[in-house]
Amino acid sequence: MAVLIGVPAAVLVDLFVLRTALVAKAVFWATYPIIIVFQLLSNGILTGRHIVIYDPDAIVGLRIAYAPVEDLFFGFAMILLTLSTWVWLGRRGVQRTPRAGEGSRLLSYLAARRGVGQGDQHVTGLRVQLDGVEGGEPGGGQRRDP
Amino acid sequence: MRHFSYLFVLLGCLVCAGWLEPIFKVNVFRRWRRLLLTLLPVAVVFVLWDLGAIAAGHWTFDPEQTTGVLFPGGLPLDEVLFFLVVPICAVLGFEAVRASLGKGDDE
Repeated sequence: MAVLIGVPAAVLVDLFVLRTALVAKAVFWATYPIIIVFQLLSNGILTGRHIVIYDPDAIVGLRIAYAPVEDLFFGFAMILLTLSTWVWLGRRGVQRTPRAGEGSRLLSYLAARRGVGQGDQHVTGLRVQLDGVEGGEPGGGQRRDP
Repeated sequence: MRHFSYLFVLLGCLVCAGWLEPIFKVNVFRRWRRLLLTLLPVAVVFVLWDLGAIAAGHWTFDPEQTTGVLFPGGLPLDEVLFFLVVPICAVLGFEAVRASLGKGDDE
């Protein structure tokens, strides 16, 4: 029952309290599928191995990878509230730097490789795909390290 | 060792997301004050939710597979750590995606 309140409550906080509007942003929806894989894995182990035991009367009974579907809603609310708070703090000027990726040799290497860009799909594929999600042109807005 | 089953799951989560800090330089742990300020309200809200669910009997924890350290209200230490580890992993993943997209706080 609480789960029914949790997800809309987290969305309301994201939209109207902290005003981060992550649910309307591609970067959130690009992150969530990655997180949900690990969430299904860890919750699957926790419930499948009976580390956490749910009362059958308290859940609707639909299970995904052993874990009750309520678990997914619980996780969604927690992740949205977490990321919304993190972004809100950044906008309020709390430790905006060092930015994500700053000083990463891997990222600058990938950026340089893509700059060359001659038939190297396996290296550039991920980035192009993510840019596609964002709706911008490939490489648009990519920050390069000096 | 069975008592550490829950903790092993959490350790697995940390390992799966933790490499993003040194390799991708997501700089989440380096911004530890911001991380702590994020974790605090989330942990409070979800610990309260958890206490409510435990009190209502919605879920229970296998004493054989958890540390056995209980907070008032029957809340296992393992579960409290869950509310810290999962948000940390979420922020690590989110910042890795933002680094890939070249997005900052205002975008």
